[in-house]
Amino acid sequence: MSAVLRTQDLCKSFGGLKVTQNVNLSLEVGARHALIGPNGAGKTTLINQLTGVLRPSSGSIWLDGEDISKMPPYERVRRGLARTFQINSLFPNLSPLEAVTGAICERQRDHLSVFERRFFRLTHRRAEIDEAYELLERLNLAKDCMRETRELAYGKQRLLEMALALAVKPKVLLLDEPAAGVPEGESDELLAVLAELPKDISILLIEHDMSLVFRFADRITVLVSGTQLVSGTPAEIAEDPRVQEVYLGKHHG
Amino acid sequence: MNIRTESVRAPGYLATLAARERWGRSEIAFWLVLVAVYFLLPNNLMFASQILITGLFALSLDLILGYAGIVTLGHAAFFGLGAYTAGLLTKTGYTEPASGLMVAGLVAGAFGYLSSYLVLRGRDLSRLMITLGIGLLLYEVANRATDITGGVDGLQGIAVGKVFGLFAFDLYGKTAYLYVLVVSFLLFVMVRSLMTAPYGLSLRSIRENQQRAVAIGIPIRARLTNIYTLSAVIAGIAGALLTQTTQFVAIDVFAFQRSADLLIVLLIGGTATLYGGFVGAAVFLLAQDWLSSINAEYWLFWLGLLLIITTRYLRTGVMGGLKSLQRLAARAKPGEES
Repeated sequence: MSAVLRTQDLCKSFGGLKVTQNVNLSLEVGARHALIGPNGAGKTTLINQLTGVLRPSSGSIWLDGEDISKMPPYERVRRGLARTFQINSLFPNLSPLEAVTGAICERQRDHLSVFERRFFRLTHRRAEIDEAYELLERLNLAKDCMRETRELAYGKQRLLEMALALAVKPKVLLLDEPAAGVPEGESDELLAVLAELPKDISILLIEHDMSLVFRFADRITVLVSGTQLVSGTPAEIAEDPRVQEVYLGKHHG
Repeated sequence: MNIRTESVRAPGYLATLAARERWGRSEIAFWLVLVAVYFLLPNNLMFASQILITGLFALSLDLILGYAGIVTLGHAAFFGLGAYTAGLLTKTGYTEPASGLMVAGLVAGAFGYLSSYLVLRGRDLSRLMITLGIGLLLYEVANRATDITGGVDGLQGIAVGKVFGLFAFDLYGKTAYLYVLVVSFLLFVMVRSLMTAPYGLSLRSIRENQQRAVAIGIPIRARLTNIYTLSAVIAGIAGALLTQTTQFVAIDVFAFQRSADLLIVLLIGGTATLYGGFVGAAVFLLAQDWLSSINAEYWLFWLGLLLIITTRYLRTGVMGGLKSLQRLAARAKPGEES
């Protein structure tokens, strides 16, 4: 199987604190891969290294066969690495349509001359606006597409997180606790959206909610104290005594 | 072939977006009023030019502060560079003003581009300090280099030629006003199209949320460097306009007070509204003129009061206040949606 996203001996330390230790993560094409681990296991630190917000101390990151370890974050986005945030990170005073159209225009900018990019008004970008609207429609956001983001219900904002990531047309999508904070009643909508994500997008899911993980993932990696404890199918993970000890054991004890 | 069907089902969101981009009636009225000033107030054209120049300068600040969210206390650096460049250029014997503006804009822009590497690196507080530092530095350079700049006495004896070799400046400031108006309008049109393009949207995105802006693939540093440079160009042109219309450069073009006043002008007028700078300049300079004619010593008292009231009660300045009024009026009219 070919890996679309791969880390090789990835290490990160803050001072003497080792938060990522020799992580060799491999995300197969089309995978639904979950990354789990107790609080402080270094999941978010790992994501931040993948997206380029943090620079690894050593090791490398490969996207589609290309070493992206030293690329700035926006270059990685352009190559198809998108993410959502655990805590909503949106544009409060822009409408969803503007925000998503902006993301699509950014993706398409190489198709235009400098002059067109600078001086052609937004409505000139009909194709991008239409694409944005269709995307919002798919995520049940069409009705709210012209309201200011900060006025939207929390569940809707959560969906907009997803929409902004999808606008990038990602090959790899990193979902950082997509269901975090979504009230019971609104979570079905989100789960349906997750289930319907196109199969050609490979997904790395970070999640605390085990029921969601076992429903969604076809492969699971357990991270403990910055090291990769084990990777396997959901069945293997559920059976693994080490996992039960460090992870599930905690819940019982 | 599809035109008709398309216009029939042209969705509401597109209409809303398009309406935001269209030149509104009040916008057209704004520029017509400025043209009318030329005919109606022939004795105040010098003063009106000052307002326009200050407004243009404030527009340049609006680009980085209002749209991109970069705070600065040293924007006078670019204004001053433009002012001195335009003045010194005439000393070399080259006196055509329109091309002088371009040279001034280029010099200020080049300096803006270089200094952006210092300024954009930090966060808000360090940006304030660095821009302040750069401003003080340039002031002192101009102060010391008396041979070139005339120091505190200012740069005198500036001979400004005819615009394009055709239109000479006159004592009443008629040509000067039209010249400033045309330049301001052209630059405004450029800025307006930039801000209604996806480019402007990306700047607003950066101001709203840097983390997310990166995550949708916006190269933040490049974009901010770009707008910072453009802002410097426009500030430089505003400075050059002042030199050319007053035929004098005072050292206070670099003064900290000018940078600080500029912030006040923009905040009074309203940020990220395109017109806030011009409106704020008019309010600020007219109030200054009027209040200091009543009592020169108390002007700062009233300015302080004005500042507190506008920022406390009109959070987005006079422009914001006008917009809320408009919305109220629209609501009062039955059957019309805001």
